[in-house]
Amino acid sequence: MSLLETVNLKKYFGETRAVDDVTLTIAEGEFVSLVGPNGAGKTSLCNVVSAYLRPDSGQVIFKGADVTRASVTERVKAGIARSFQLVNLFDDLTAFDNVALAIFSRQGKTRNMVALAHLDRAVTAEVDSVLAQFGLASKRSVLARGMAQGERKLLDVALAYALKPTLLFLDEPTSGVSTRDKGQIMDTIASVVRREGITAVVVEHDMDVVFKYSDRIVVMHQGAILAQGTPDAIRTNEQVATILLGASDAFARKD
Amino acid sequence: MTTAAIVVGAATGPSASRLTVVALVILVVLAVLPYVIDPYQTVLLTYGLVMAIAALGFNLLLGYTGLLSFGHSAYFGTGAYTVAFIMRDLGVQSMELCILGGLLGTFVVSALFGFVCVRHTRIFFGILTLALSQVLWSLAFKFFWVTGGTDGIRVAYAKLTLFGGMINFAGPGSFQRFVFAYYYYVLALFALATLIMWIIVHSPFGKALQAIRDNETRASFIGISVRRYRWIAFVVSGVFTGLAGVLWVPLNGLTTPDILYWPFSGEIVFMSVLGGFRTFTGPIVGAIVFNYLKTYAVASTEYWQLLLGAVLVILVMLLPAGIVGTVARLAGKLSLAGKLIGWGK
Repeated sequence: MSLLETVNLKKYFGETRAVDDVTLTIAEGEFVSLVGPNGAGKTSLCNVVSAYLRPDSGQVIFKGADVTRASVTERVKAGIARSFQLVNLFDDLTAFDNVALAIFSRQGKTRNMVALAHLDRAVTAEVDSVLAQFGLASKRSVLARGMAQGERKLLDVALAYALKPTLLFLDEPTSGVSTRDKGQIMDTIASVVRREGITAVVVEHDMDVVFKYSDRIVVMHQGAILAQGTPDAIRTNEQVATILLGASDAFARKD
Repeated sequence: MTTAAIVVGAATGPSASRLTVVALVILVVLAVLPYVIDPYQTVLLTYGLVMAIAALGFNLLLGYTGLLSFGHSAYFGTGAYTVAFIMRDLGVQSMELCILGGLLGTFVVSALFGFVCVRHTRIFFGILTLALSQVLWSLAFKFFWVTGGTDGIRVAYAKLTLFGGMINFAGPGSFQRFVFAYYYYVLALFALATLIMWIIVHSPFGKALQAIRDNETRASFIGISVRRYRWIAFVVSGVFTGLAGVLWVPLNGLTTPDILYWPFSGEIVFMSVLGGFRTFTGPIVGAIVFNYLKTYAVASTEYWQLLLGAVLVILVMLLPAGIVGTVARLAGKLSLAGKLIGWGK
């Protein structure tokens, strides 16, 4: 059953067609990679689906309900979460508090002003478990602004993950991270997502990463969907190879 | 930000027992003081504690929600004028009823003003709060048949009773008794207000406000309704500052439009910056210090505004973290140095 559907989704910035008539279906439990050259509209598509941007036209259908007009917080509550390409954290709060906030929010506890946050044992245990899953246990009481770039990226994803979403958008979770750390971060994310059965849509440039983890790859070009299919199908698609890397045999060379 | 600050920030996870001890010691010192100092000093300190409550409320918006209100005179003034009205027009004598009335009044006004103001942030928010406070000021100024205009409304302490009539201030020597009793009354409410505010900023709600302060985009993306939370924070902030206004009136004996005027909002901002708005205790310390500073500046020179202005400039340039922020940073460096050379093991 499809979890998310976009129907003829359009978002133009003046003459630029950021999202151009995109009709896409994401099935429950899928790990989908969104690839394409810079400016292909991958992030714009994420932004429209997560309500960061309003589409010019078209529909976003989530779990069978039209959420095109729903606000960011309404979509979060419905189960759509996202992380950000440029790290978006609560910089003056600790890693612990960052994750705790997502959990408090999910549980509807952020309205509570008469209980001390750090005395909530259930939340504390969950925060520690999330931090451990993302390998951030030792950063528990470090301010987000004091963490390394790779750790900040992971914490950004951990925040979205702690919301226990049904659908998780990850916008370039490994950008700005050293090649050495990339694999480790994607391993962490992929294993957590698979274990929890979360449907994930990942924007990624590193094709090695994309081929390794994806169930399906969606290739975007100039705002539209150019091709989609399994990693094997995309690997042998000459048109895709040309657009992504400028050579029709770019992927073949690696085999 | 420096490494030391990060270490300090990271170490602020509240250790309940140590905090309780420190708070109790301060409370005991404050409780003993009137026996040591003369009545004039006791009055000064009472003013300081009252303003501390105002600054504490103000800082929920500035320090914790990231909104600079330039119109908190409105809520202080609403509290003060509500008490003046209900004492003059309804003949109420009980201070407790005055407090209830004042809190209700500021609740309504801050809910109304806040509803408008939280639609904007940054400079637009500041200007809106300023403009709305000026509306109240002009009302107090122009509707003199209700508000007494520039003469204000007299609020005689002698008419007041504390604890539902158990303590009254009739008869000879009553001023001395009032000064003494009222100090403890204010001290108790100050302690209560501080405790409540401490719980609020350490509650999930308080954390959500800090999340909004740090990154409102991400706050909404973890499901926090940013505008609604700002509104609630605005109301809580207004009510705290309103309580300060309520407590201030009997002490001052008179309420005038001055406390609704924008320079008074500026003083509340000044206090919080002086003490350090990024710390919980900063505004409290700032308010008490400012109160002394202003009193002695006014007493010692005709150009007291010039003196305060100079202090503000020096403060912003040399101690942007405020008194408490700077002390905390120094203490952090000391304890860091202590750890390095093997102290405190």
